Amino acid sequence: MSSCARKGAAGHGKTAHIAIDPVTRIEGHLKAEVTVEGGKVVDAKLSGGMYRGFETILRGRDPRDSSQIVQRICGVCPTAHATASVMAQDAAMGTKITTNGRITRNLILGANYLQSHILHFYHLAAQDFVQGPDSAPFVPRYKNSDLLTDRNKGLAAVNAAAVDQYVEALDVRQICHEMVAMFGGKMPHAQGLVAGGASEIPTKDRLIEYAARFDKVKEFVVNKYLPVVYTVGSQYKDLFAVGQGHRACIAYGVFPLNDEMTKFMMKSGVYYGGKDHALDPSKIHEDVKYSWFDDSTTGLHYTKGQTKPTPHKEGAYSFVKAPRYDGVACEVGPLARMWVENPPLSPIGQKALKEHFGLNAKNFRDLGEDAAFSLMGRHVARAEETWYMLSFIDQWLKEVKPGEETYVKPEIPASGEGTGFTEAPRGSLLHFLKIEDGKIDNYQVVSATLWNCNPRDDKGQRGPVEEALIGIPVPDIENPVNVARLIRAFDP
Amino acid sequence: MSLSRRDFVKLCTGTVAGMGISQMFHPSVCEAISGTLNGSRPPVLWVQGSGCTGCSVSLLNAVNPHIKQVLLDVISLEFHPTVMAWEGEPAMEHMFKIADEYKGGFFLAVEGSIPVAEDGKYCVIGEANHKEITMVDAMKELAPKAAAVLALGTCAAYGGIPAAEGSETGAMSVKAFFEQEGISTPVVNIPGCPPHPDWIVGTVVVALEAIKTHGLAAGLGEVVKLLDDQGRPTPFFGQNIHDNCPYLPDFEADKMCETLSQKDGCRMSVGCKGPNAMADCFKRKWNNGINWCVQNAVCIGCVEPDFPDGQSPFYEPM
Repeated sequence: MSSCARKGAAGHGKTAHIAIDPVTRIEGHLKAEVTVEGGKVVDAKLSGGMYRGFETILRGRDPRDSSQIVQRICGVCPTAHATASVMAQDAAMGTKITTNGRITRNLILGANYLQSHILHFYHLAAQDFVQGPDSAPFVPRYKNSDLLTDRNKGLAAVNAAAVDQYVEALDVRQICHEMVAMFGGKMPHAQGLVAGGASEIPTKDRLIEYAARFDKVKEFVVNKYLPVVYTVGSQYKDLFAVGQGHRACIAYGVFPLNDEMTKFMMKSGVYYGGKDHALDPSKIHEDVKYSWFDDSTTGLHYTKGQTKPTPHKEGAYSFVKAPRYDGVACEVGPLARMWVENPPLSPIGQKALKEHFGLNAKNFRDLGEDAAFSLMGRHVARAEETWYMLSFIDQWLKEVKPGEETYVKPEIPASGEGTGFTEAPRGSLLHFLKIEDGKIDNYQVVSATLWNCNPRDDKGQRGPVEEALIGIPVPDIENPVNVARLIRAFDP
Repeated sequence: MSLSRRDFVKLCTGTVAGMGISQMFHPSVCEAISGTLNGSRPPVLWVQGSGCTGCSVSLLNAVNPHIKQVLLDVISLEFHPTVMAWEGEPAMEHMFKIADEYKGGFFLAVEGSIPVAEDGKYCVIGEANHKEITMVDAMKELAPKAAAVLALGTCAAYGGIPAAEGSETGAMSVKAFFEQEGISTPVVNIPGCPPHPDWIVGTVVVALEAIKTHGLAAGLGEVVKLLDDQGRPTPFFGQNIHDNCPYLPDFEADKMCETLSQKDGCRMSVGCKGPNAMADCFKRKWNNGINWCVQNAVCIGCVEPDFPDGQSPFYEPM
């Protein structure tokens, strides 16, 4: 495909190729190429444009250093990478962490979930629906952006309120980071998540400070974030009908509720072909036929994973590998977790879904597969997950014991291996660590962006976001607003 | 109201007890410095190379002036991949247009390092005029036209983790890239993984203030005078963490902590690299004064040019 931004004629019955590079308001470097026919996307390619080589950089280092190094994969969700890393280390080193260590880790990751979901909706995605001020960085923008006020002139007040919330959310996400820092040391890139538990033993005073900040965040989520998502959703009902993709998802389980790590706030599971399946990690492998990695490394299970970049490989178009579960391209993220867990919906959500959609929805799956696996359904899932976790953070604040040990000194074995399974706010994340001679022999990361934004697999099957782009309306090729809108709904 | 360089240095070095630098920036200061360049908020182009967006996220934690003021009153952020409304080729072309329009009068903020191996293919940042633009291409095009470059974070300042041992991408710092390409635009390094928001905002504000007082060239000259031999502003990076650490009396009494969660005793026994690190975290603290690394666990020397290789293993004594 040509790298030309706009090629071909507009209008029904004609074919147009559109490239969006960079896709902005995401983390990282991403390019989207779509083919549009009859006003709809009929083909799509996603290209990850950056390779840094964390997996090769980690080789030969002290295994404990990995939790610091891997946080630098992503400055938006470093706590998730640290969590996956310390869990992999605990497994490889045979460390059993304390109850207080487990709960403190939940308080650190939980606060960053709040931060990440709020940042995503307001500061990354909201400008897809809400008109910002007429100054940089809010302009320039598409001439026809299909914003709230374009759809309905009567919504100027709603738009203005949402802009105010954009500003307020800047404060709220700072407060969330203060909560992370309380036990994590600083944000981004927390020091407090370490092999063997957490380095900060919560004190009574610190817990009071955390709880006071949490109350403010709670109020914002209940009174602002959740309602505004449904208000926006009610104006974009058409976006509940597009972007379904493969209707397949995976979740590893996150926020362990017991020391055996068998119960989670959001449980593990896989869904495809209209059926639920228990998660079996042996079914995960990574293809690289269309990725800039050596063909000899394709189809490997992550415990055997290799990282050999070949940036000029013919036919490849992305630095993202293509993970598959039993051959299925599964999406990850709040939608996947909410679909697998199927928790109760918020009272606000239940009321709004009845009022605007005539739905009697009590639990998430009551949205139905069509609406849940949709562009707007993914925003609803994220907002509802934010609400759902509020009561869990309250519970952890009651369970955590001030002054009780959070840390067990780990012993680095001569050899060993382990996998850390967790969920970043944006989706399933695993880290695999293999130790030889007390040093890192192999380190493999399968991140949320790998799951969602991957290219075709060896069989030619599109990645989850690529597939979700199919059918997305692009009535005006000069203003292809729905393309990045769909991509952003995944929080890539 | 205006702030002289001497006042600024005084504030930064903590002569005013109990106040962080950002707390000293009154809104009227922001007002006073807007209009420094070109009669309006100075245009800033923010490009991301091989990085993690952590520097941008850290900047979002700026408290006073609040990030809102920084964005709306202090600078005109004409290009920033994570926050701007615009996208795709038109956004890239807008960036290049601003660089031409404000040649010699805009700031270029660089986050992430510049991977030069394989013709720059390891970091493609977008397309313009139907052509793929690598980070290398963007730097060659933008850097010579900028008034000054802010190398934000340890990746841009010194290479950082993308340039660590085991990397195959040829990632390098802004300064090293400029030397290789013969680009002479002044560079201010603001290292840290990530840098503290005060270090970023404080440097921008003092630079704008100096330019306003002395004119562009002389003002930038004043800023360069503040830099140490690693290109960092001494007001923020002029003091050693260990020498100023609240645990220093413990160290001198040979009282060392035994585990990461034990909060009394010097933390060098569990790997703290404070003696290697030049930064004012010990008094500035992070996230609105909540905490800092040594209080929580250990310093890993993230502001230093040899981070991470020269500062690791992180949890072994030096």
